This record gives sequence, C-alpha cells and structure tokens, in this order.
Amino acid sequence: MSIGVLALQGGVREHASAFADLGEPVTEVRRPDDLDGLTGLVVPGGESTTLSLLLGSAGLAGPLAEALDAGLPAFGTCAGMILLATTVLDGRDDQLNFGVIDLTIRRNGYGRQVASFEGTVDVPVLGDEPLPAVFIRAPVVEAAGPGVEVLATLPGEGGAPDRPVVCRQGTVLVASFHPELTADRRLQRLFVEMMKEERR
Amino acid sequence: MTDSSSTDRPTGTFTVKRGLAEMLRGGVIMDVVDAEQAKVAEDAGAVAVMALERVPSDIRRDGGVARMSDPAMIEGIKAAVTVPVMAKARIGHFAEAQVLAALGVDFIDESEVLTPADEAHHIDKWAYGVPFVCGATNLGEALRRISEGAAMIRSKGEAGTGNIVEAVRHLRSILGDIRKITEADSAELYGWAKELVAPIGLVQEIATTGRLPVPLFCAGGIATPADASLVMQLGAEAVFVGSGIFKSSNPSLMARAVVEATAHYTDAELVAKVSTGLGDAMPGQEIGTLDVHLADRGW
Repeated sequence: MSIGVLALQGGVREHASAFADLGEPVTEVRRPDDLDGLTGLVVPGGESTTLSLLLGSAGLAGPLAEALDAGLPAFGTCAGMILLATTVLDGRDDQLNFGVIDLTIRRNGYGRQVASFEGTVDVPVLGDEPLPAVFIRAPVVEAAGPGVEVLATLPGEGGAPDRPVVCRQGTVLVASFHPELTADRRLQRLFVEMMKEERR
Repeated sequence: MTDSSSTDRPTGTFTVKRGLAEMLRGGVIMDVVDAEQAKVAEDAGAVAVMALERVPSDIRRDGGVARMSDPAMIEGIKAAVTVPVMAKARIGHFAEAQVLAALGVDFIDESEVLTPADEAHHIDKWAYGVPFVCGATNLGEALRRISEGAAMIRSKGEAGTGNIVEAVRHLRSILGDIRKITEADSAELYGWAKELVAPIGLVQEIATTGRLPVPLFCAGGIATPADASLVMQLGAEAVFVGSGIFKSSNPSLMARAVVEATAHYTDAELVAKVSTGLGDAMPGQEIGTLDVHLADRGW
C-alpha cells in the first residue's frame, strides 16, 4: 500500500498522522513524479483556490487528472472534496476540479468561520457509533448524482434541507468535514479497505 | 438513518478555531488595504487576506495612533474575495475585537502593528467564537497568548521593515526553546514554566508533543520568495506578508512568487525560478535605525 497526500497547502500533517495510526505511512505529493506507484491519494482540506493554482503551476493538474480518470482511489476532505467533485458553485471561475465524483458542491456553503461547528454524524457503514465531525467553512453538497452512494447525511436545521456529508462513488471517498482533526480513524480505515479491494 | 445524528452543533469551540488555522498551513496571508488589492492577493493564491487601513511600512512612516479598520472597508473586502478575511484589533482593545466579531471576520489579529490600547493586559480570547492570532517574540509570550485563547501564533519579526532578521531571531527563539524542553526531565519543566512565565500545563504538553499546541506562522519582514523559504525551513508553518507585496514594484508577480516559494520551500530550483525578474522588492530598513520597535509591544 502506498498512500500519497497532496502536500501543496493545508491540513497535510493531520492526514499523514491519521494514516500512520493505522500502520499506513504516507508520502507527500508535490510534483508529478511523486504520483508514481501510488495506490491511493488523499486530498486534504485547505483553500481550494490556492490548491487549484498550485496544482497547475506544479504541473500536477494533468497527470493527476489522468491518474484519477484511470481509477486511482482518492479520499478528499473539505477543500479536497471540492477538488474531486464535478460541479462547484460559489468558487472562482478559473478554479480547477477533477470531476471524479458526481456532486454539486457549494463552496463555504455552511457559512463563514463564525458558523463553523463540530458535532457528530451517523455513518451506518462504519457501525452504530456516530463519527465526530468538525466542519470548518465547510462546503455543502447541493446535489448528488445517481452513481453516488451517500454514506452520511447531516439533518437540516431551521427548515434547511438535509445534506449529504460523506459520499462514495467507485474508488472516490469524500467528506464535507475534517475526520483528520479528530481521533476516530474509521473513515480512513474504510478508504484503506477501498484501496485493497481496488487492487484485488 | 440519520435520526440519531447530533443536533448539538457548537460553534466557536477551540477545535473549530484551531482547525481553521491548521487549514491555512503552507499558505500565504497577505495584507490588503482595499477590495482591489484583496482580489490581486486571491488571484495570486493567498490562503487568506488581512484587511487593514495602512500596511505596516506606512504606519511606521506616518506615525500617530493606528486603529482597527473602517468596517465599510472590511465589508468591501469580505464581498470581494472567497478566501478567509482577517482583521486587526489593538492589543487589549476588546471592544474593537467585539466589533470585528460582529462583522463576521474569519480571524482576528490582536496586533502590535496597531497602537496598544492596554499596557498590561491582552484580550481574553476565550470569550470569542472567532479565532485569534497573536504575535510572539519568544516561547513564553507565545504560551501566554495561547493561555488567553489564541488559536494561532505568529512570530512577530519587525513589521514594515522588509528586514527578515527579527523574524529569524523570534522563530529561532521559540523553536529553539521547544527543542530544549523536549529534552528536559519532568522536574526541569517547572523551572521552564517559571523562566518563561507560562502555564506549566502548556510546558508539559510541549515536552510531549515537541510543538506548540496551535500552528506557528511567521510575520514581520518577509519581502522576497527566498525570505519565505527561509522561515519555512526554520520551522514556520505558513507566512504573513504585509508591506512586502504591495510595496514591491510588481505586487501581482511578487505575491504569486511568494505563494510558490512557500508551498515548495525546500525546492531551491523552484525558488530561484520564481525569484527571477520580479522587479524591486520593498525598500528595507536596518533595525538599528528604527525609532519604534513594534515587536516590543505585547506583554
């Protein structure tokens, strides 16, 4: 197993230590040749506009798009989810997204930092115990395509609709929140299992 | 299946506040004085912008009392960009901080660049849902700010000088003492707490983790891509650039170059490439010639 974490900007260290907890060391991905031999890629939280620019200038945008299209498993949280989705609302027009999970995402859809919150979400595929979830200027999933499996939903408050917060399509797993900021490792374990299945 | 999901969703917890700081790591936070500059900063890849009335080199030149910015200017910048917007309050001026919180800024910088409002006390930052960043020249100062609720520390450097020497001094002091504390035995940690004038609990935490309990960014004097690379290699986790962008001869190009150098700080070839043809960096000043040392503000 060789997991890479996109290490251009953002919450790289937390993802690395989360997978290290599971006995899965990660390598940092900053240049195209860092993609060689990876069995999976983690796309961390950060600022999606900054990540988008840096992906372009590092020459990673093309090779990474090819790798993802060829089925490289990917795990994206927050900004990472935005980068992996098909459609981004309230982003910049020149913002890059790889379109490997059929989601319509509204950037900062839960509001600015003052609205950032933590709580728990039920993720039935991970068992009965709810998963701790930290939402930071989090993106909202406005719509999920027919091929997307919604693994967890956050109930809407004050008349707001329920929103998917953990989704999977094929070998791509995404979360609106930051599982790497809390100690529960079940979502990372699910991604490791997805990578193992892909290799079989 | 989601019926039992928690509807208890606290905002403004320390995890949520520190979490935003963590997501800014590896990035560049740029001082901007209007919406137009904010757009230039975002276009260049800034992870956040700092809204303030005058950049530090102008504050230094103009003298007088430097205060929180006009709310209309902050609102204009918030409307212009999608990245987080920070703003500065004077040290100890909790009413300015309340105003900034009411405006919904994403981070408040309790900053020595503005004229202090209180010569003995900093703001009690636990009282706010908005995260705070504070400057520090040494580890004791950093830990006192964290004990007051700061969710991010930035080494102070000497703002508005374009001179990196003070930033290096402060980073080396903070990180050097952290390294020594990880070598100390449990009895010596009490001596460290006393020497640093800092809570023993935070000193013990550092002894175990080998780092500050919140992200450590660098500010004050970064004027070139190589400056950014230098402080990142010394152990800063992101950089604030004040006058260094918009007092250079080509702000857009300089901003982009500093972003690249911060992301790829160990790649000297890349730093060389982005440093090429940037025009003039901001004019710099010798620390010995300064009338006011902003880094001395804060207690």
